[in-house]
Amino acid sequence: MSNITFDEPQLIARLRAGEEPAFEQLVRATSGRLLAAARRLLRNEEDARDAVQSAFIRAFQSLSKFREESRLSTWLHRILVNEALMKLRSRKGSEESIDDLLPSFQDDGHQVRDTVDWSDAADTALERAETAALVNRLVAQLPDSYRTVLVLRDLEGMTNGEIAEMLGISTNLVKVRLHRARQALRTLVERELGGTK
Amino acid sequence: MTCRDVIAFVMDYIDGTLAARERAEFERHLAVCRSCVAYLKTYQATMRMETKTNIADVTVPEELVRAILASRGA
Repeated sequence: MSNITFDEPQLIARLRAGEEPAFEQLVRATSGRLLAAARRLLRNEEDARDAVQSAFIRAFQSLSKFREESRLSTWLHRILVNEALMKLRSRKGSEESIDDLLPSFQDDGHQVRDTVDWSDAADTALERAETAALVNRLVAQLPDSYRTVLVLRDLEGMTNGEIAEMLGISTNLVKVRLHRARQALRTLVERELGGTK
Repeated sequence: MTCRDVIAFVMDYIDGTLAARERAEFERHLAVCRSCVAYLKTYQATMRMETKTNIADVTVPEELVRAILASRGA
């Protein structure tokens, strides 16, 4: 893990002066978080590493444009997300539907099948080390357009407005996709924890 | 409100963005529908699982660090 801390204004000054050790310090301090985010977004190790490398190249080229209104790590993170989104857009193929993971209703609006409460089982599962890998695998099953919104909002901590701007879609569509993504993930978790099938 | 309405509003309810009247209707439905209470609780449990298992930082392979630094001179 990269827990290296640094004096940001000083590091920025050294980067702008072209000091080689400053670039290495920046890469070692921030690349772990960027690679984790890239893996979540791209589901492919090679693409994730490419995105991180491209993000640093772009950042190195744009250092003069960094205005210090945000933290350096936040700025880098933004660049990484943009690189990952560009990779996602370049992927070919149609997106699979998630309709079978969404709840279904009778004509009168009642749920077709009653939902069983497995929230205690979920909290118990959180105590097991292997649950992280399970959740990661289930999130990875979501189609790109849904997983992207879910990851940016719930895991990267961006606002709906920021996500809308980055994806070039309306805030309302971000909300719709986020809710559908969470519902789909809920169904996938439910299937694993032995609730209703 | 029906189950369909309640489930459509779950995210807004959790975010606290439902208008007072809608919120009251939402809670009135929950008071009589165990299935929707279960849906709400499991939706929230899913969000907890998602965020609590998030790996925010990973060890970066040394070859990637080297490749990034080498790209500066390219």
